[in-house]
Amino acid sequence: MSREAYQVPTAVPTPGRDSFQTGLSVEGPAINYLCGDCNAKVPLKRGDPIRCKECGHRVLYKERTKRMVQFEAR
Amino acid sequence: MAPYQPSQTELDRRKIVGINAETVTDVSSTDYPGHYPGEDQSWDKYKFEDNFSVKIYKNEPMESSFSLIGIDAAVANAFRRIMIAEIPSLAIETVFVNNNTSIIQDEVLSARLGLVPFKGSKQGLLEFLKWNDSEGEERNDVDHNTVLLELKIKCTRNEAAAKGETDPLKAYHNAHVYAKDIVFKPYGRQRNYFSGEDVIRPTNPDILIAKLRPGQEIDVEMHAIKGVGSDHAKYSPVATASYRLLPTISILKPILGKDAEKFARCFPKGVIGLETVTKKEAAKKGSGYEGHEGEKKAVVKDAMKDTVSRECLRHEEFEGKVKLGRVRDHFIFSVESVGQWDSDELFLESVKILKGKCEVLKKSLTNMVR
Repeated sequence: MSREAYQVPTAVPTPGRDSFQTGLSVEGPAINYLCGDCNAKVPLKRGDPIRCKECGHRVLYKERTKRMVQFEAR
Repeated sequence: MAPYQPSQTELDRRKIVGINAETVTDVSSTDYPGHYPGEDQSWDKYKFEDNFSVKIYKNEPMESSFSLIGIDAAVANAFRRIMIAEIPSLAIETVFVNNNTSIIQDEVLSARLGLVPFKGSKQGLLEFLKWNDSEGEERNDVDHNTVLLELKIKCTRNEAAAKGETDPLKAYHNAHVYAKDIVFKPYGRQRNYFSGEDVIRPTNPDILIAKLRPGQEIDVEMHAIKGVGSDHAKYSPVATASYRLLPTISILKPILGKDAEKFARCFPKGVIGLETVTKKEAAKKGSGYEGHEGEKKAVVKDAMKDTVSRECLRHEEFEGKVKLGRVRDHFIFSVESVGQWDSDELFLESVKILKGKCEVLKKSLTNMVR
């Protein structure tokens, strides 16, 4: 048998967006994101497709931290 | 041997800084011991008291203008520098941002807030408020060194606005955030000093801090402390504190007729006046007025208004007829307050501070000799 023969790829998911679906599905808390198009709040859990539920826009932004931030007024 | 006493005209001449078309002469003062042989130029308190005078032209809360006459540049400049950098005033030092969803970044917003000048009860700011680094007293007790301010504002749509309204100020509530939206939160004993009329508030309520759109909000807490201008310009209590030397204009030879009008136009309004040559002047031999009776002549009305643009030195017809100068020991101060202090208090405070510095120096000198 020739060494160059075709080998069937083993079923390892390619890293990336899809890997969330197939990997260990640990249910995290829903985190709110903001839609880049319509500014709607989009709660996303781990594994959810990154997509706005209102308008289908695929760019989401993280919300600003709820923590207080200190600055020097200089 | 008694010291030689120069004449008054000679003394006056020594005080003048010469201003030529492209150069300046006699810039530094010469009234110190050893400069003129045989003259007593030692500094004397009584001599200084006799020669020194103050003239006040304008004294308003926000702006004052006055002259110090008969003082050395070093001292006049010390007053100016103390007014700018060493008189304390209140300004925001730290900003605690809870939320800021406006387009203006946190650090930029903080820097803007720091530059807003505040005013309040003078007694409270000067006597009650201490420096923030004052240790020793109970550290929990911060009402005497920190002023808490708050800015909480949210922009919303104005439902009552007309449809298609394009002016953000009408279409939204709180589209503009102004300095007047900053709220003072009294703490502890501060209530006794800063209430009612004397509450701590921005001196200029209409400073625009940020612009918002519906859904955006700013929620910040601020700590204001007392500081000095040498630390940061936001603590400087003056907008400007500057001086200039009194200009002098001497007309050496008569400037007559059309030339006189042109001469007057070389200066700001009110500096040069036009007068008619009298019969008496025209009759005087060697005055330069012979045969010019009834003509216009240029006279110096108010040299203080001059900006010393030197325009008159550019024209041939005035060559040798006019001499410009400045009086070296006549300082015309202009002090513009930012609002916390009255402008006249600022100068008096600078004198107080310089006095304090001198006392410290005197003490260290005696220690040095010991």
